[in-house]
Amino acid sequence: MSHHVVGIKVYIAIFLSLMVLTGLTVWVAFINWGFMNDVVAMSIAVLKMTLVVLFFMHLKYQARLLWLIAGAGVIWLMIMFALTLSDYRSREWIESAFTRPVPWVASEEAATYQAEQMKAQESEDAGAHH
Amino acid sequence: MSDSHPSHLAHQFDHVEQQRQASTMGIWLFLITEIMFFGGLFTGYIVYRTMYPEAWTAGSHELDIALGGFNTAVLIFSSLTMALAVHAAQVSNRRNQVLFIAATMILGLVFLGVKVVEYSAKFEHHLIPGPNFHFPGDIGTHVQLFFSFYFTMTGMHAVHMIIGEGIMLWLLINAAKGRYHKDYYNPVEVVGLYWHFVDIVWIFLFPLLYLIGRH
Repeated sequence: MSHHVVGIKVYIAIFLSLMVLTGLTVWVAFINWGFMNDVVAMSIAVLKMTLVVLFFMHLKYQARLLWLIAGAGVIWLMIMFALTLSDYRSREWIESAFTRPVPWVASEEAATYQAEQMKAQESEDAGAHH
Repeated sequence: MSDSHPSHLAHQFDHVEQQRQASTMGIWLFLITEIMFFGGLFTGYIVYRTMYPEAWTAGSHELDIALGGFNTAVLIFSSLTMALAVHAAQVSNRRNQVLFIAATMILGLVFLGVKVVEYSAKFEHHLIPGPNFHFPGDIGTHVQLFFSFYFTMTGMHAVHMIIGEGIMLWLLINAAKGRYHKDYYNPVEVVGLYWHFVDIVWIFLFPLLYLIGRH
């Protein structure tokens, strides 16, 4: 159960893997993959986290109850990200719905403007005839 | 004191295995509250980065990858020495416990020292958010927001490390006294779990702060 002594060789192997992955994340940051740069960087970070959690933090050898606790933390974090972003990233859509010109209002404004222009032109013409 | 109830076993527990599981579960519960604490900062980071992506790239370019990368390596190395300290306690090796706890503390101090160098460079370049903040161009105010996140996130991370250093000093003294052995190493394990968590936070902070739009 929890009294599982992980060998030193395992720790060294995990350490070396983490160092290689750190070098990798710096290297790939200089390659242009567009939005995929963030996806790759976060995938490497998640992989590094998994190695630390499973071996350095011994979760691999712990009771399933601890897997549930650790998993619950990650799930609630994802809920926080998802709900917050579903709010912030959708605000522009609602704003644009309000500022979009409504067809009949636009046409009425255009008609009023046109009528005013014609009136001004008429009075100008009348002045010239004098 | 009977043999079935040794001095390192608190009276509310039936046996050492139960005590060990309780302390491990306790620190894990604490760590998930820490996930939500740092999670709030990461959420804010995502919201504002999606709003001002150019400012985030410009701000990130002001950070030193060499120093940030060096610190990442230092912190991962300190996680290894911490894991080896727990291992030493598990096999009742007092000398190695003291050695590896001290090594972890020194590596933590190296990390904090590099952080001081980085912060003072930002001070000299007028990149501390506030009245003296200066960044050319239209996106200056948004770059200031990036640096607010940079200092809050790395600052809270550093606070966690300073607290860790304090706890490890206490751990070091008790390890030197020979308090921890194969039947009772819970404090070493618990401090180790905390230290590895702080390492994980940095594993995410490094690419998110230092490596944006470097291509």
